[in-house]
Formats: sequence, structure tokens, C-alpha cells
Amino acid sequence: MSETVALKGKIVGMNGDEAVAFAVKQANVDVIAAYPITPQTIIVERISEYVNNGELDSAFIPVESEHSALSTVLGAALTGARVFTATASQGLALMHEILHIASSMRTPIVMAVVNRALSAPINIHCDHSDVMNARDTGWIQYFAENVQDAYDLTLQAFKVAEDLDVLLPVEVNLDGFILSHSVERLEILDDETVAKFIPPRKAVYTLDFNNPVAHGPLALTDYYMEFKRQQEEAMEAAKGKVDEVAREYEKISGRLFTKLNTFGLEDAEVAVVVMGSTTGTMRYIARKLRKEGKKVGVIGVRLFRPFPDKEILKAVENVKVLIVMDRAVSFGAVGGPLFMETAATLYGTDVTPLMMNVIYGLGGRDLTPRDAEMIFRRGLKILETGRVEEKKIWVGVRE
Amino acid sequence: MSEKFPVKMPESAFKGKATWKELPIGAVIPEPTSIRYKTGNWRALKPILDKSKCIRCLLCWVYCPEPAINRLEDDHVEINYDFCKGCGICANVCPVKAIKMVREE
Repeated sequence: MSETVALKGKIVGMNGDEAVAFAVKQANVDVIAAYPITPQTIIVERISEYVNNGELDSAFIPVESEHSALSTVLGAALTGARVFTATASQGLALMHEILHIASSMRTPIVMAVVNRALSAPINIHCDHSDVMNARDTGWIQYFAENVQDAYDLTLQAFKVAEDLDVLLPVEVNLDGFILSHSVERLEILDDETVAKFIPPRKAVYTLDFNNPVAHGPLALTDYYMEFKRQQEEAMEAAKGKVDEVAREYEKISGRLFTKLNTFGLEDAEVAVVVMGSTTGTMRYIARKLRKEGKKVGVIGVRLFRPFPDKEILKAVENVKVLIVMDRAVSFGAVGGPLFMETAATLYGTDVTPLMMNVIYGLGGRDLTPRDAEMIFRRGLKILETGRVEEKKIWVGVRE
Repeated sequence: MSEKFPVKMPESAFKGKATWKELPIGAVIPEPTSIRYKTGNWRALKPILDKSKCIRCLLCWVYCPEPAINRLEDDHVEINYDFCKGCGICANVCPVKAIKMVREE
């Protein structure tokens, strides 16, 4: 390789879980409460080692369930602390009621969700059914494509969450096993640089005996709706804040996070919309097909909440066939969650590509390069015939 | 920033008229406000005290869960109707039946 790249950090090999734990250590988190669950366990194991070795000065609270883990960090966040927890699958499901309370009480919790299928049948492998079940809980939701993203997004998550115009909890999603347990090349920043990027949290309403405040009061027909409207506004503010934090992070890392990671969109006629680690697989095949002269492209969605509607609209402006890939099922719905969101974004605009939904990868079922190529070829056929034979297809299932 | 994190509740909040932009975020209540949030209008039955029967035992004052029974200098009591919800405990514990519950008009 003759090209040289100016590196801003040090290169190490880490898996996704270790990368998240390392970012948490550098972020100087005050309180961590967690309950182990595959494939997230390595995160809390590493963090507990950091605390035990004295590398991280924080309260590490082992709890009896995920419901308690989230409740604990919620309480700690209300006192003004920087907090973190991690979970997956059934653990996220058990947290469900507290997910809503965390966002409504505006607690800037950062949580890694190592995406894993929901029971039954019991399964430990990757899909997005756990996080899609938490779709409407008012959390900001990042999706990592690789281990580097998992590290970068964890650091950025604290800054977005704790911003006083946002004050919302943030989930950093990473694909179970595919990212959590795979060692990849990772560029890490030094501790001082991170400390400058995320200085200690500045909270406003804290646990202060001289200025007591009440948290979590009753609000009935008279005021409940006003507080929901505030949450909607915070999500809207997060759209800009995510970009602002990303630009700041670019200055220290050389890597710019964009809500969409697009490939080939300058002339793509057929494009796929996808989230998580599958984005790389689709890009690999798209590159191959483009060498054959096929105008295909990939839109990797790296922020699901707040949904990047304007960015999607602009990205697909000239696309004729759009295939949306969901790694979760919304049973009885017209499509998967990402499909419905994308279709709703385009509806009523003059951007009207032919659309198809692909359900894939449930319970860790591999999406092979052959499957990926087949998906693009289905799109190319739709382009040729101008007709969508089947609006929703399952790829990788034995028929 | 400051309007999202006020140290006082906006006046409009006490009249049920505060907008989402005026209310402190996350439903935080940054100052003691219960005294200004009158709850006596929930009442269906109203306690009426016959002072001539009262023996100043103060059981009603002890048992009132609100507390909406004020103890006066001479150990007589008066009922604070701004916060009394009409539960009737005072009438029930009174040993000389000095408190009667009547339907709220």
C-alpha cells in the first residue's frame, strides 16, 4: 500500500463488547449497574475488571435483574451522575417499563444493546427483534456497523445524551456475536483526548439538599400531554445534536459519523436500506455488481431514533427500486419496522421508488453473499419489469 | 436553557394553563408547591365540627392523613377545607361524636 493515512489514535484488536467497555472506561462513568446476559456479558465483565483493578473509579453495582439494573442507573442519573448499563434480548424486554420511565424523566443513560433474538424458541444469536420491541420507548437509537462504530458511538452517546437540549437516554446497538464477539481492527483515542471530548457531566436538577426538587410526580389529564410534547421536541433537537457531536468527534478521531452510510448513491437505480453489520455485506456485493455495470447502492442506517427522514429522502432521490431489509418482524403489519418507517418517509413526496421488503437473519440465520446478491438481482428485475411481484419476502428461510 | 430548568414553577401551572414550553422538563417540580395545589374539591362528604361538644382530645388531629386538621393555641381544632378530602376518619375516631359528615353541596 502506497497510500498513507494520518492516524489520530492507537491501533488495537478488540471485539465489539471489549470496545464498548473500553469506551465506558475512557468516558469516566460514575455509576454502572448491570446484569450479565449473552452476548453482552463481556461488556460488564471487562468493566468490573477495570473497576477492580482501579483503572476506573466508579460504583459498580451488581443487581438481581435487568429491571433493577436500569432502575439503579436511572436513580443515579437523577443525582447528576454519568451512568451506563448494557443488556440484550430478554434483558431489554425485562427493562421495558423502565425504558419509558428513563426517557420521560429525561435521564441521560447510555446503554449498549447487543442485539439478540427474543424467545421463544430460546435463541442467543443476532437479530433486531429486541430493540424493535423497544422502538417507541423514547430512546435515541444508534446502530453500529462494525467494532469501530461500537467504540465511536459509545463515546458520542454520552455527549448527545447529556446535552441539556436533549437529555434523553441513548442506546448503542451492536449485532450480537457478529460484532460483540468478533475481534476487529480498532483505532482508540488516548484518555486525555476523550476526557476533553466528554468532560464531567453538568446536570441541572440534581440531588442537592439545599435546593430540593421533586422527580416523578403525578400528571393526569391536566399535564401529561405537555410532557410528552417536550419529549418529542427533545428528539427533534437530537437530530441536530447528533450531527454536531459527530463533527466534534471527527476533529479528534478523523472519523465522521453520518446518520446514513451510503454507497453508490450517486447513480444507483436499485438500492437497499439496511442496519447493523449486514450493511458491510451488502456493500461488498454492491461493489461486485457495480463492476459488472449494475447501478446498485447501499444505504446503511446508523441512527434509527430519531429517524433520519430528511437524509433518507435526499439519498433515494434518484433511486428507482428501493429494497428495505428488516432483521425483525412486525407480525401482522405491512412490513418490518424499517420498511414501514422508510415507506412513511417517502409517502406524499415526489420521491416514489418501487419498494420491496426483505425479512432476513432472524435468530442469527446467516445472510450469505449469495443471498445478498439474490436480493440485488430481485431489485434489478423489478427495475426491468417495473413490477413488484411480492411486496415482502423472507430470505434465508427454508420454504 | 434557563427557561427549561426554572427554579420556580410558572404561575400559569397553578391555574392548569401552563404550556409544554413553560413547564420544567421531565415533570420536575423545582420548589415546594403542594400548599398551592388545592385538593379539597375532590370531597363528596364534608366534616362539620360542633365545637361545643369537643373535649380537645386531639384524636382527629392525630389521625387525619392529610393533615387537614389544624391544632390551635388552646388545643381546639379547625378543619382546613382547602385540603380536606372528606375521608371521614376524623368523624370516626371522635369519641364524643363532635364531627358529623354531611353531603357536599
